[in-house]
Amino acid sequence: MTRDDVLSALRDASVEVLGVEPGAVTEEANFHHDLDADSLDLVELVMVLEERLGVPIPEEELANINTVGQAVDVVLGRLAPTP
Amino acid sequence: MSYARESEGRVALVTGASRGIGRATALALAQSGHRVAVGWSRDEEGAAKTVVEVEAAGAEALAVRADVGAPAAVDAAFESVESRWAPVEVLVNAAGVTRDGLLLRMGDDQWAEVLRTNLDGTFHCVRRASAGMVRARWGRIVNVGSAAGLLGSAGQVNYATAKAGLVGLTRSVARELASRGVTCNLVTPGPIATAMLDSVGDDRRRELAEAVPLGRLGTADEVAAAIAFLCSDAAAYVTGAVVPVDGGLGMGH
Repeated sequence: MTRDDVLSALRDASVEVLGVEPGAVTEEANFHHDLDADSLDLVELVMVLEERLGVPIPEEELANINTVGQAVDVVLGRLAPTP
Repeated sequence: MSYARESEGRVALVTGASRGIGRATALALAQSGHRVAVGWSRDEEGAAKTVVEVEAAGAEALAVRADVGAPAAVDAAFESVESRWAPVEVLVNAAGVTRDGLLLRMGDDQWAEVLRTNLDGTFHCVRRASAGMVRARWGRIVNVGSAAGLLGSAGQVNYATAKAGLVGLTRSVARELASRGVTCNLVTPGPIATAMLDSVGDDRRRELAEAVPLGRLGTADEVAAAIAFLCSDAAAYVTGAVVPVDGGLGMGH
Protein backbone atom coordinates (compact mmCIF):
# COMPACT_ATOMS: atom_id res chain seq x y z
CA MET A 1 0.00 0.00 0.00
CA THR A 2 1.49 3.33 -1.06
CA ARG A 3 1.44 6.63 0.76
CA ASP A 4 -1.18 7.86 -1.70
CA ASP A 5 -3.40 4.85 -0.95
CA VAL A 6 -3.29 5.56 2.76
CA LEU A 7 -3.93 9.26 2.23
CA SER A 8 -6.87 8.41 0.02
CA ALA A 9 -8.35 6.05 2.64
CA LEU A 10 -7.84 8.70 5.31
CA ARG A 11 -9.46 11.32 3.09
CA ASP A 12 -12.55 9.12 2.57
CA ALA A 13 -12.79 8.43 6.29
CA SER A 14 -12.41 12.13 7.13
CA VAL A 15 -15.17 13.11 4.73
CA GLU A 16 -17.47 10.55 6.37
CA VAL A 17 -16.59 11.07 10.00
CA LEU A 18 -15.78 14.79 10.09
CA GLY A 19 -18.05 15.95 7.29
CA VAL A 20 -15.22 17.95 5.67
CA GLU A 21 -14.61 18.57 1.96
CA PRO A 22 -12.18 16.08 0.39
CA GLY A 23 -9.99 18.97 -0.76
CA ALA A 24 -9.42 20.06 2.85
CA VAL A 25 -7.72 16.78 3.73
CA THR A 26 -4.14 17.54 2.73
CA GLU A 27 -0.96 16.21 4.34
CA GLU A 28 -0.41 19.56 6.04
CA ALA A 29 -3.93 19.90 7.42
CA ASN A 30 -4.10 19.97 11.21
CA PHE A 31 -6.93 17.82 12.57
CA HIS A 32 -7.79 20.17 15.40
CA HIS A 33 -7.32 23.57 13.75
CA ASP A 34 -8.06 22.92 10.09
CA LEU A 35 -10.51 20.03 10.21
CA ASP A 36 -12.21 20.97 13.49
CA ALA A 37 -11.80 17.46 14.91
CA ASP A 38 -11.92 16.72 18.63
CA SER A 39 -10.31 13.77 20.38
CA LEU A 40 -13.40 11.60 19.92
CA ASP A 41 -13.37 12.35 16.18
CA LEU A 42 -9.76 11.15 15.99
CA VAL A 43 -10.64 7.90 17.74
CA GLU A 44 -13.55 7.40 15.36
CA LEU A 45 -11.29 8.05 12.37
CA VAL A 46 -8.74 5.60 13.63
CA MET A 47 -11.38 2.94 14.18
CA VAL A 48 -12.64 3.33 10.62
CA LEU A 49 -9.08 3.06 9.29
CA GLU A 50 -8.36 0.00 11.43
CA GLU A 51 -11.46 -1.66 10.02
CA ARG A 52 -10.77 -0.79 6.37
CA LEU A 53 -7.02 -1.33 6.29
CA GLY A 54 -6.97 -4.21 8.76
CA VAL A 55 -4.20 -2.58 10.77
CA PRO A 56 -4.29 -2.08 14.54
CA ILE A 57 -3.29 1.41 15.68
CA PRO A 58 -2.34 1.47 19.37
CA GLU A 59 -3.72 4.14 21.65
CA GLU A 60 -0.29 5.61 22.45
CA GLU A 61 0.30 6.46 18.78
CA LEU A 62 -2.70 8.78 18.77
CA ALA A 63 -0.96 11.33 20.97
CA ASN A 64 1.60 11.98 18.22
CA ILE A 65 -0.94 12.75 15.55
CA ASN A 66 -1.66 16.40 14.85
CA THR A 67 -1.67 16.54 11.07
CA VAL A 68 -3.03 14.33 8.34
CA GLY A 69 0.55 13.61 7.20
CA GLN A 70 1.46 12.36 10.68
CA ALA A 71 -1.55 10.05 10.64
CA VAL A 72 -0.41 8.66 7.30
CA ASP A 73 3.06 8.09 8.78
CA VAL A 74 1.59 6.16 11.72
CA VAL A 75 -0.55 3.94 9.49
CA LEU A 76 2.36 3.27 7.08
CA GLY A 77 4.57 2.40 10.04
CA ARG A 78 2.02 -0.13 11.18
CA LEU A 79 1.51 -1.58 7.70
CA ALA A 80 5.21 -2.19 7.15
CA PRO A 81 6.96 -2.34 10.50
CA THR A 82 10.66 -1.68 10.20
CA PRO A 83 12.55 -4.95 10.74
CA MET B 1 -46.23 3.50 30.06
CA SER B 2 -45.07 3.46 26.48
CA TYR B 3 -43.27 5.90 24.24
CA ALA B 4 -44.08 4.06 21.03
CA ARG B 5 -44.92 7.05 18.88
CA GLU B 6 -41.53 8.72 19.06
CA SER B 7 -39.30 5.68 19.14
CA GLU B 8 -40.43 2.81 17.01
CA GLY B 9 -38.34 -0.16 16.19
CA ARG B 10 -34.99 0.65 17.73
CA VAL B 11 -32.65 -2.16 18.65
CA ALA B 12 -32.43 -2.54 22.42
CA LEU B 13 -30.29 -4.83 24.56
CA VAL B 14 -31.17 -5.40 28.20
CA THR B 15 -28.69 -7.37 30.29
CA GLY B 16 -29.96 -9.32 33.24
CA ALA B 17 -33.33 -9.62 31.52
CA SER B 18 -34.12 -13.12 32.75
CA ARG B 19 -35.88 -11.68 35.79
CA GLY B 20 -36.58 -8.72 38.03
CA ILE B 21 -35.94 -5.18 36.86
CA GLY B 22 -34.25 -6.44 33.67
CA ARG B 23 -37.28 -8.46 32.62
CA ALA B 24 -39.69 -5.63 33.42
CA THR B 25 -37.51 -3.28 31.38
CA ALA B 26 -37.43 -5.66 28.41
CA LEU B 27 -41.21 -5.65 28.51
CA ALA B 28 -41.51 -1.87 28.84
CA LEU B 29 -39.18 -1.41 25.85
CA ALA B 30 -41.22 -3.94 23.87
CA GLN B 31 -44.33 -1.90 24.63
CA SER B 32 -42.48 1.16 23.33
CA GLY B 33 -42.06 -0.65 20.01
CA HIS B 34 -38.43 -1.66 20.25
CA ARG B 35 -36.84 -4.93 19.21
CA VAL B 36 -35.45 -6.36 22.42
CA ALA B 37 -32.41 -8.55 22.91
CA VAL B 38 -32.83 -10.39 26.20
CA GLY B 39 -29.43 -10.76 27.87
CA TRP B 40 -28.99 -13.59 30.35
CA SER B 41 -26.18 -15.45 32.03
CA ARG B 42 -27.36 -18.15 34.43
CA ASP B 43 -31.13 -18.36 34.13
CA GLU B 44 -31.94 -19.67 30.65
CA GLU B 45 -35.49 -20.59 31.62
CA GLY B 46 -36.15 -17.08 32.93
CA ALA B 47 -34.77 -15.57 29.71
CA ALA B 48 -37.05 -17.81 27.65
CA LYS B 49 -40.01 -16.58 29.69
CA THR B 50 -39.01 -12.96 29.08
CA VAL B 51 -38.78 -13.68 25.35
CA VAL B 52 -42.32 -15.08 25.37
CA GLU B 53 -43.58 -11.99 27.20
CA VAL B 54 -41.81 -9.59 24.84
CA GLU B 55 -43.28 -11.39 21.85
CA ALA B 56 -46.71 -11.37 23.46
CA ALA B 57 -46.35 -7.58 23.66
CA GLY B 58 -46.00 -7.61 19.87
CA ALA B 59 -42.26 -7.00 19.66
CA GLU B 60 -39.39 -9.04 18.27
CA ALA B 61 -37.19 -10.72 20.87
CA LEU B 62 -33.83 -12.46 20.81
CA ALA B 63 -32.24 -14.23 23.77
CA VAL B 64 -28.49 -13.63 23.97
CA ARG B 65 -26.26 -15.29 26.51
CA ALA B 66 -23.74 -12.96 28.06
CA ASP B 67 -21.74 -13.21 31.24
CA VAL B 68 -21.13 -9.46 31.31
CA GLY B 69 -18.00 -9.89 33.40
CA ALA B 70 -16.28 -11.54 30.41
CA PRO B 71 -15.45 -9.09 27.59
CA ALA B 72 -15.32 -11.86 24.97
CA ALA B 73 -18.81 -13.05 25.91
CA VAL B 74 -20.09 -9.46 25.74
CA ASP B 75 -18.55 -9.08 22.31
CA ALA B 76 -20.21 -12.29 21.11
CA ALA B 77 -23.59 -11.18 22.46
CA PHE B 78 -23.40 -7.84 20.66
CA GLU B 79 -22.30 -9.59 17.47
CA SER B 80 -25.33 -11.86 17.54
CA VAL B 81 -27.62 -8.84 17.90
CA GLU B 82 -25.80 -7.03 15.08
CA SER B 83 -26.00 -10.00 12.72
CA ARG B 84 -29.67 -10.62 13.45
CA TRP B 85 -30.82 -6.98 13.50
CA ALA B 86 -28.45 -4.01 13.60
CA PRO B 87 -26.10 -2.29 16.06
CA VAL B 88 -27.52 -1.75 19.53
CA GLU B 89 -29.10 1.71 19.90
CA VAL B 90 -30.54 1.32 23.38
CA LEU B 91 -28.54 -0.40 26.11
CA VAL B 92 -29.85 -1.10 29.60
CA ASN B 93 -27.39 -2.61 32.06
CA ALA B 94 -29.56 -4.43 34.54
CA ALA B 95 -27.37 -7.47 35.18
CA GLY B 96 -26.50 -7.54 38.85
CA VAL B 97 -25.66 -9.90 41.66
CA THR B 98 -25.40 -9.70 45.43
CA ARG B 99 -23.18 -11.68 47.79
CA ASP B 100 -23.87 -10.00 51.08
CA GLY B 101 -21.73 -10.30 54.17
CA LEU B 102 -20.21 -8.16 56.87
CA LEU B 103 -16.93 -6.43 56.14
CA LEU B 104 -15.08 -8.34 58.86
CA ARG B 105 -15.90 -11.61 57.14
CA MET B 106 -16.01 -10.57 53.50
CA GLY B 107 -13.79 -12.74 51.33
CA ASP B 108 -11.78 -11.55 48.36
CA ASP B 109 -13.84 -13.68 45.99
CA GLN B 110 -17.07 -12.30 47.43
CA TRP B 111 -15.83 -8.77 46.80
CA ALA B 112 -14.45 -9.51 43.35
CA GLU B 113 -17.49 -11.38 42.06
CA VAL B 114 -19.86 -8.52 42.85
CA LEU B 115 -17.53 -5.87 41.44
CA ARG B 116 -16.96 -7.99 38.34
CA THR B 117 -20.61 -8.32 37.35
CA ASN B 118 -22.05 -5.05 38.63
CA LEU B 119 -19.25 -2.64 37.74
CA ASP B 120 -16.87 -4.32 35.25
CA GLY B 121 -19.85 -5.85 33.46
CA THR B 122 -21.48 -2.48 32.90
CA PHE B 123 -18.18 -1.04 31.67
CA HIS B 124 -17.72 -3.91 29.19
CA CYS B 125 -21.21 -3.46 27.75
CA VAL B 126 -21.05 0.33 27.58
CA ARG B 127 -17.65 0.23 25.87
CA ARG B 128 -18.85 -2.33 23.34
CA ALA B 129 -22.04 -0.43 22.56
CA SER B 130 -20.42 3.00 22.28
CA ALA B 131 -18.76 2.59 18.86
CA GLY B 132 -22.06 1.89 17.12
CA MET B 133 -23.88 4.66 18.97
CA VAL B 134 -21.16 7.22 18.22
CA ARG B 135 -21.23 6.24 14.57
CA ALA B 136 -25.03 6.50 14.48
CA ARG B 137 -24.94 9.85 16.32
CA TRP B 138 -27.71 8.53 18.56
CA GLY B 139 -27.79 6.26 21.55
CA ARG B 140 -29.38 5.64 24.92
CA ILE B 141 -27.55 4.00 27.80
CA VAL B 142 -29.25 3.43 31.13
CA ASN B 143 -27.39 1.81 33.99
CA VAL B 144 -29.12 0.33 36.99
CA GLY B 145 -27.53 1.49 40.23
CA SER B 146 -29.00 1.34 43.69
CA ALA B 147 -29.96 3.61 46.56
CA ALA B 148 -27.38 1.52 48.44
CA GLY B 149 -24.67 3.04 46.25
CA LEU B 150 -25.52 6.49 47.58
CA LEU B 151 -26.57 5.71 51.17
CA GLY B 152 -24.19 2.85 51.89
CA SER B 153 -25.54 -0.43 53.12
CA ALA B 154 -24.37 -2.49 56.08
CA GLY B 155 -23.55 -5.99 54.91
CA GLN B 156 -23.18 -4.89 51.30
CA VAL B 157 -19.84 -3.12 51.07
CA ASN B 158 -19.16 -4.93 47.79
CA TYR B 159 -22.55 -4.20 46.25
CA ALA B 160 -22.74 -0.58 47.42
CA THR B 161 -19.21 0.10 46.17
CA ALA B 162 -20.00 -1.32 42.74
CA LYS B 163 -23.23 0.67 42.51
CA ALA B 164 -21.49 3.87 43.67
CA GLY B 165 -18.90 3.27 40.95
CA LEU B 166 -21.68 3.41 38.40
CA VAL B 167 -22.25 7.08 39.27
CA GLY B 168 -18.76 8.00 38.06
CA LEU B 169 -18.99 5.65 35.10
CA THR B 170 -22.37 7.03 34.02
CA ARG B 171 -21.37 10.67 34.31
CA SER B 172 -18.02 10.21 32.56
CA VAL B 173 -19.66 8.41 29.67
CA ALA B 174 -22.37 11.09 29.55
CA ARG B 175 -19.67 13.75 29.15
CA GLU B 176 -17.62 11.80 26.61
CA LEU B 177 -20.49 10.92 24.31
CA ALA B 178 -22.78 13.94 24.71
CA SER B 179 -21.56 15.60 21.52
CA ARG B 180 -22.67 12.52 19.58
CA GLY B 181 -26.28 12.47 20.71
CA VAL B 182 -25.67 9.59 23.10
CA THR B 183 -27.10 9.94 26.59
CA CYS B 184 -26.10 7.91 29.62
CA ASN B 185 -28.11 7.90 32.83
CA LEU B 186 -28.32 6.00 36.09
CA VAL B 187 -31.48 4.81 37.78
CA THR B 188 -31.13 4.13 41.50
CA PRO B 189 -33.87 1.85 42.77
CA GLY B 190 -34.65 1.55 46.45
CA PRO B 191 -35.98 -1.71 47.86
CA ILE B 192 -37.83 -3.40 45.02
CA ALA B 193 -39.87 -6.59 45.37
CA THR B 194 -37.83 -8.90 43.13
CA ALA B 195 -36.10 -12.25 43.54
CA MET B 196 -32.97 -10.38 44.63
CA LEU B 197 -34.82 -9.26 47.75
CA ASP B 198 -36.29 -12.71 48.46
CA SER B 199 -33.08 -13.75 50.16
CA VAL B 200 -33.59 -11.30 53.02
CA GLY B 201 -36.10 -12.35 55.68
CA ASP B 202 -39.66 -11.08 56.08
CA ASP B 203 -38.66 -8.97 59.09
CA ARG B 204 -35.95 -7.24 57.12
CA ARG B 205 -38.33 -6.65 54.21
CA ARG B 206 -40.79 -5.04 56.62
CA GLU B 207 -38.04 -2.83 58.05
CA LEU B 208 -37.01 -1.78 54.56
CA ALA B 209 -40.59 -0.90 53.64
CA GLU B 210 -40.97 1.14 56.83
CA ALA B 211 -37.78 3.09 56.11
CA VAL B 212 -39.23 4.24 52.78
CA PRO B 213 -41.30 7.45 52.96
CA LEU B 214 -43.90 5.93 50.64
CA GLY B 215 -44.15 3.05 53.10
CA ARG B 216 -43.83 0.06 50.80
CA LEU B 217 -41.46 -1.83 48.54
CA GLY B 218 -41.39 -0.76 44.92
CA THR B 219 -42.16 -2.92 41.91
CA ALA B 220 -39.91 -3.81 39.00
CA ASP B 221 -42.45 -2.21 36.67
CA GLU B 222 -42.09 1.11 38.47
CA VAL B 223 -38.34 1.06 37.86
CA ALA B 224 -38.83 -0.07 34.26
CA ALA B 225 -41.13 2.88 33.57
CA ALA B 226 -38.36 5.34 34.52
CA ILE B 227 -35.84 3.40 32.43
CA ALA B 228 -38.17 3.34 29.41
CA PHE B 229 -38.52 7.12 29.65
CA LEU B 230 -34.73 7.60 29.74
CA CYS B 231 -34.46 5.36 26.64
CA SER B 232 -37.01 7.40 24.69
CA ASP B 233 -36.58 10.29 22.25
CA ALA B 234 -38.47 12.39 24.77
CA ALA B 235 -35.51 12.13 27.18
CA ALA B 236 -33.03 13.62 24.70
CA TYR B 237 -32.09 16.47 27.10
CA VAL B 238 -31.44 14.21 30.10
CA THR B 239 -27.90 12.90 30.50
CA GLY B 240 -25.58 12.14 33.40
CA ALA B 241 -28.62 12.09 35.66
CA VAL B 242 -29.01 9.94 38.74
CA VAL B 243 -32.72 9.17 38.85
CA PRO B 244 -34.01 7.66 42.08
CA VAL B 245 -36.95 5.27 41.95
CA ASP B 246 -36.92 4.56 45.65
CA GLY B 247 -40.12 5.73 47.30
CA GLY B 248 -38.17 8.69 48.69
CA LEU B 249 -35.64 6.57 50.58
CA GLY B 250 -32.57 8.35 49.22
CA MET B 251 -33.85 11.93 49.33
CA GLY B 252 -30.98 14.36 49.67
CA HIS B 253 -28.38 12.02 48.21
